[in-house]
Amino acid sequence: MVKGTATVDSVYGDLSIDTLLEHPEGRELLSCIQCGICAGTCPYGDAMDYPPRRIIAMMRAGMLEEVFASDSLLNCVACYACMAKCPRGLRLTEVLLPLVKEQTFVNLPEIPAELQKALENTLRYGNPMGQSPRKRAAWIKNTDVPIRILKSDPRPVDVLWFVECYTSYHPRGQEACHATAKIFDALGVDFAILGPEEKCAGECARLVGEPGLFDALREDIVALLNKYEFDRLVTSGAHAYDAFKYLYPDLGFTRPVEHTHTFFAGNLNRLEPLLSKKLDYRVTYHDSCCLGRHNGHYEEPRSLLTAIPGVTLVEMIHNRVNSICCGGGGGGMWLDTYYKSKGYDRLSDRRVQEAADAGADVLAVSCPYEVSRFEDSVKVLGYESTLMVKEITELLAESMEA
Amino acid sequence: MKILVLLKMVPDVVEELEVGPDGTSLDLEFQRLIVSESDDHALEQALILKDRHGGTVTALALDQPDIDDVLFTALAKGVDRAVKVTETDTALTSRSTGTVIAQTLPAVPDLLPVDLIVTGCQAIDDLDGQVAPLVANALGLPYLGLVTGVAAEPDADRATITKEYAGGVRGVFEVPLPALLGLQVAEKPPRYVPVAKVRAAMKSAQIAAVPAAGEPVATRIDVLDMAKPESASHAEMLEGSPEEMAAKLGELLAARGLV
Amino acid sequence: MAQNIWVVAEQWRGQATDATFELLALGRELADGLGTSLETVLFGHGVGDLAGEFGASDTVLAADHPAFAVPTAEAFGAALASLVKERQPRCVLVPLTNVLWDALGILPAELDGPFINFCQDVRVSQGRIEADCLLYGGKMRATVVPTGDGAVFGLASGVRPPDQGRVDRTPTVEAVAPAVPTSLRVQFKDFHEPEAADVDITQQDVLVAVGRGIQTQDNVELAEELATALGGATCASRPVIDQGWLPLARQVGKSGATVKPKLYIAAGISGAPEHTEGMKDAELIIAINTDPEAPIFGVAHYGIVEDATDVLPALTESLAAMKE
Repeated sequence: MVKGTATVDSVYGDLSIDTLLEHPEGRELLSCIQCGICAGTCPYGDAMDYPPRRIIAMMRAGMLEEVFASDSLLNCVACYACMAKCPRGLRLTEVLLPLVKEQTFVNLPEIPAELQKALENTLRYGNPMGQSPRKRAAWIKNTDVPIRILKSDPRPVDVLWFVECYTSYHPRGQEACHATAKIFDALGVDFAILGPEEKCAGECARLVGEPGLFDALREDIVALLNKYEFDRLVTSGAHAYDAFKYLYPDLGFTRPVEHTHTFFAGNLNRLEPLLSKKLDYRVTYHDSCCLGRHNGHYEEPRSLLTAIPGVTLVEMIHNRVNSICCGGGGGGMWLDTYYKSKGYDRLSDRRVQEAADAGADVLAVSCPYEVSRFEDSVKVLGYESTLMVKEITELLAESMEA
Repeated sequence: MKILVLLKMVPDVVEELEVGPDGTSLDLEFQRLIVSESDDHALEQALILKDRHGGTVTALALDQPDIDDVLFTALAKGVDRAVKVTETDTALTSRSTGTVIAQTLPAVPDLLPVDLIVTGCQAIDDLDGQVAPLVANALGLPYLGLVTGVAAEPDADRATITKEYAGGVRGVFEVPLPALLGLQVAEKPPRYVPVAKVRAAMKSAQIAAVPAAGEPVATRIDVLDMAKPESASHAEMLEGSPEEMAAKLGELLAARGLV
Repeated sequence: MAQNIWVVAEQWRGQATDATFELLALGRELADGLGTSLETVLFGHGVGDLAGEFGASDTVLAADHPAFAVPTAEAFGAALASLVKERQPRCVLVPLTNVLWDALGILPAELDGPFINFCQDVRVSQGRIEADCLLYGGKMRATVVPTGDGAVFGLASGVRPPDQGRVDRTPTVEAVAPAVPTSLRVQFKDFHEPEAADVDITQQDVLVAVGRGIQTQDNVELAEELATALGGATCASRPVIDQGWLPLARQVGKSGATVKPKLYIAAGISGAPEHTEGMKDAELIIAINTDPEAPIFGVAHYGIVEDATDVLPALTESLAAMKE
């Protein structure tokens, strides 16, 4: 796990770029030894005019305005690689980059259209794809197990399952939803969802440099969560997990938070006997940035995969702390055309190539953004007939089939 | 240059539209409204002109659900003054909207005269008329619709207007100011404004409320029936995986000599 | 009271448009149904000869004025309103097109009578005229009747086949001279032609059209590949053009070109009326959209509920396989 994240105090709340150096966390940034590992480990480091090292150098020189005038930080996919590798343990992705990205965003002469639309949609409809909020739980119509929606049945519940956007609306995300519901049901978990009341947890809005949108979403969601009684929040979203864990306590949300995969891994003794069908797959697992590097949950997803009879787990050359971002974080989900126009490689292409090189026939993932990104790359690279992309719950549910 | 932007709310078609209990109108009880798309472009064009030449922009809208959000967003984007016309029937038709706005504008303190009034050239609920030409005629202003470009020097008394025709042809017109323009699209898509700025505007800025002057006009039409079009009934739907459907399509095209 | 049916003729750079003949076909039906005459209003400058083409109508009311060359609200619209007031037709049918947009839009301001917009069809029913309208971006259909005479109907294109309105007969031509203000404020200056188009989409037999559902600029390539395989070209709905993903000359719809290819593949296009009016007369329409409720399926002959970015390459491949 990254240094400094074990006990996150409410450093996020009162920090701004102007007050950064009045705060111990900010002053600590000045202890940077200018080694440049951050730039070296950044997946877009070669394309970044101002990697963290240079930002800190400019900060020391009082020349941050120059950094803000550049669109350099639009290349930051908030993957926590620089922070994980920093020998000084500086909280780059947690503290420095969001503040700089906010200034970058404000100064952009033109916001890439795709990103603008996603942000406008998130504000208005609570999801970046601009789908109807009322249809957020439409996927439950095709699920075999009963799913309780708290608004219509607000009795206390053990697990509040925060489904998140891509899982709710994207056809491939919905398949992971059906799988997750099936596993909850099979484990006899008392669970419920927010349904149409749910909206985006906002982590990407914050990390693309639109913290005001994040604040608005967070206030709404905390008010919503306060309406219901539940023991823990379990989310399908790796980014939502991160946000609930580190950013929501500022507003008084303190209930336990888990990702579906860590939750299921914690119930593996009861889950494993249900995994009856042999799946003859060579599976490689892509550590998502939020779940892996930022929270150190490297082994739980793997424990789920190895519990499936027949599955052989193989590793990509970059794994665990060295995993390469899918390119979807920090707003990258809506910057593909922008990156393309700049001539950058797709990070998801790089990653899918690694999966293919590892000889995997399934690329297993734990973040809702990854399925569509990697499936696109599978098509781009021509591995459709040899490589499948699966959310881990999909594999678990498949193994539970009679 | 002093510019007035007229904004109007329309049903947000992202949400499912429902017919009301009367069977002849939209059920607005749970219907979310959104600012009309071409009005949003009109606002952008006004802000572009202000960015370019200075001056002031006033945004005015009838009081409707969520209109405060729309006006605060406009203020955050750079509008100098926001006005909402209160005490109106929210189920106004376009014809009445145009009439009420035209009658109310002279009663808004310190507003008229302006050099330019811009609004959208159309709205998705323009069943019985369009706001732009109605207001233009009532105020005796020259009117051009389907506008895609506005060029005016800071103190000029004329503007050069670009209008859109079929096949990418653009017509160039000259018009004396003041004039009223119905925008199709602004020179560039409407800008993004960070949410923090909108929230700051909500704390610091004011929306002036002006009661409507005059009465909505009676619409001269009867809606006998309103229903959702049975949209999927025409096309024959293909089933299967993308590959299977592609194969079926290939056969279809071959049968028609298209491949 | 005359009680005639009027059709306002649209001419674009000296030619009568299909929209005019479509309305003449419809107007003929209405006039016959009501046992009255059909009159064409031809306002223009130096285009009086066009009157001979309007044989579907009994009479052509022709006015020539320099200010009518490019219709504006101030000249064309106001003059039309004054003629309506003077002659009091039963109803006036106007094409809802860019050329006549301003002239049509000003009528409810100039006239006190009923105005009905977005009409898809107009018919005589139980002795009265009623219209079917498509509102809210095509998401709602309404049947509407005017509550008085002198109603103006704004009609979407395609209400009738234009050839049905081309009748080889010589109508009576009556010269009219509606008042036009001596000093006009709105002055037409010039037309700007679109940037030299690489491809004239109106001349293509096969078009692969992309809409927002295509998601990203990169995906336009998927449509290009399919178009190449079919020997056609790509075009797009307005949002895609606005994004700058294809040149303006590739735009289909109300503010773009009207196309009638043998095959039109609509990929990720929802089918707002602004788009469909530019393509619905294509001989074969195939729509691909993830939303089964998308209105495009209402105009398409074959529909596929699927992500267009999946179907386009699959179709390209299946065509390649067929050629082998």
